[in-house]
Amino acid sequence: MWKWDYVIELLPALLQAFGVTLGATLAGFALSIIIGLLFAVGARSPIVPVRLTVRAVVDFIRSTPLLVQLFFLYFSLPMLTPFAMSAFATGVIGLGLHYGTYMSEVFRSGIEAVPRGQWEAATALHLSKRKTWFSVILPQALPPVIPMMGNYLIVIFKETPTLSAITVVELLLTAKSEASITYRVFEPYSIVGLLFLITSLLFSLGIRYFEKRYFGGHIADGGGKR
Amino acid sequence: MIAEAENGLKPEREEAAEQTGLPNGYTHLVPIVRYRSIQKSFGELQVIKGIDLDIYPGEKIALIGPSGSGKTTLGRMLMTLEEPSSGTITIEDEPLWQMEKKGNLVRASEKHLHRMRSKVGMVFQHFNLFPHMTVLRNVTLAPRSVLRLAKEEAEERAVEMLRKVGLENKLHEYPAKLSGGQKQRVAIARALVMQPKVMVFDEVTSALDPELVGEVLNVIKDIAEDGNMAMLLITHEMEFAREVADRIVFGAEGRIVEQGTPVELFENPQSDRLKSFLQRFR
Ligand SMILES: Nc1ncnc2c1ncn2[C@@H]1O[C@H](COP(=O)(O)OP(=O)(O)O)[C@@H](O)[C@H]1O
Ligand SMILES: [Mg+2]
Repeated sequence: MWKWDYVIELLPALLQAFGVTLGATLAGFALSIIIGLLFAVGARSPIVPVRLTVRAVVDFIRSTPLLVQLFFLYFSLPMLTPFAMSAFATGVIGLGLHYGTYMSEVFRSGIEAVPRGQWEAATALHLSKRKTWFSVILPQALPPVIPMMGNYLIVIFKETPTLSAITVVELLLTAKSEASITYRVFEPYSIVGLLFLITSLLFSLGIRYFEKRYFGGHIADGGGKR
Repeated sequence: MIAEAENGLKPEREEAAEQTGLPNGYTHLVPIVRYRSIQKSFGELQVIKGIDLDIYPGEKIALIGPSGSGKTTLGRMLMTLEEPSSGTITIEDEPLWQMEKKGNLVRASEKHLHRMRSKVGMVFQHFNLFPHMTVLRNVTLAPRSVLRLAKEEAEERAVEMLRKVGLENKLHEYPAKLSGGQKQRVAIARALVMQPKVMVFDEVTSALDPELVGEVLNVIKDIAEDGNMAMLLITHEMEFAREVADRIVFGAEGRIVEQGTPVELFENPQSDRLKSFLQRFR
C-alpha cells in the first residue's frame, strides 16, 4: 500500500510547497500583529471618527469569510485600482487583515487588563501618549496574551490551504496536483497531514518556551487595583 | 515637632506675616493654584459643590475630611485626571481646563493639558509603580522621555531622589520585590524628580501596613522642609498634618467647611462637623 519510493519522489515538491506555506504563515502572522495593534489602539482613540471607523472596519472584516476577502483582493482590486499584487503577497495581506481583526480583540483584552492607575501614573508624569503606549501599557498588555497570540499563529497556519483558491502553490494544492497525476492519494495527503501536525506541535512548544524564557517572573505587582 | 508661634504659624511664616500684615504669611505671594467655584458631578451624583481654594507657592496644605467628601476628586482635577463640571482652576494664572482661542475660552486641548500638567505632580494611594521596570527605570523614564535628559544625567538625578527617600540601594530591584512603604517611597521619588511646582499626595499611607506608615511620612516631612514646592496633602494622619501643614482645610460633602492654621483648627474648631470629625482621632 504505502510506497516509500513514491514518497521520496514526492518530497522535493512537497517540501518546497511547505516553504511557501510556512512563509505565508509567518508573514501573515507578523502582519496580523501589526494590524491587530493598530486596530486595538485605534479603537481606543480619543478622536471619535477614528474610533468609529476602526470599529466598523473590524466588524466588517470579521463578519466576512477569508475566502471572499482573498477573491476581492486578488481579482477585484486590480480592476478597481492600479494595484496588482502577486498571489503570495495577496495571500499574506489577506491573512494579515483577516486575523488582524481577531488579534486586535486579543490585544484589547490585554490592554483592558492593565490597571487604570498605570494610565494615571503616566499622565501624572507628563508622558506623551506615544510613550505611554510603548513604554507603559503595551509591555504590560502583551506578555499575558502571548499564548492567545500563539493560538492564532496555529490557526493561520492551518488556514493557509485557503490561499490555493487564489493560485498560491501551497502544500495542499501541491499534494492535490501530485495526486491528480498519479491517482495515488494516500501518500501525498498523509505527508501533508503529518507536516501540519508536526509543525503545529513545534509552534506551540516554541510559544511556550518563548513565554517562559522572556516573560516568566517579575511581571507582577506594581501596586494598584485592577 | 516644628516650633510653632502663638498663632500657629511656623517661624518663617510668622516673619512673612509680620512683614506683610497678611494672615498666614503666604498671602503676600500670588497663588500658584486657584480653584474657583469648582463643581463636579459623576452622573447624578454631585461630589464637589462649589469650592474656592488658593494654594500659594511653597505652601503645604493638609486637606482633611470624612471619606467620600471629594478630597481625591479635588486633587485629581488639578492633575488633569478629572475634568470639573463647572468653575475654573488656574495654575500660575493660566486656566487649566480651558484655553484661549481667538479671544474665547474654549475647552482645553490635549496639548494644552500636556503643557499645563508639567507644573503638577501626584503620588497615589496605590503607588501605581510600573511593575515591568526596575526602580531606577521607574524614576528615570519621565526625565528621559519628557525632559529629554541624557541617560547619565537622568540617572544621576534619579539616584539623588532615591537617596532622599532612602532607597539608593534598591536601584535595580523590581517593584514586586519591595515592601509597600518602599514602593510608595519610589513613587514619591518618581514624582519628585520632575520638579513640579505643586504636588498632590492622595492618602499615600492609607494602603500601607501600620508599621510602614512612619517611614513614608518621614520622607514627606523631609521634602516639605527642604522644598519650595507647594503640597496638597490629602491625609487622615492628623499628627502628621499638624506637623507639616501651614494650613489645614477641612472639607465635608463637597464643600470646604473650615480652614486655618493647624493650631486654630485642631485647638479651636468652630463647626460642629469638624468637632465631631476630630473626636474620632482623639
Ligand atoms: N469616577 C467616578 N465615578 C463615579 N463616582 C465617583 C468617581 N470618583 C469618585 N466618585 C464618588 O465621588 C465621591 C467622592 O469621592 P472622593 O473624591 O474619592 O472622596 P474622598 O477622597 O474624600 O474619599 C464618592 O462618593 C465617590 O464614590
Ligand atoms: Mg480619597
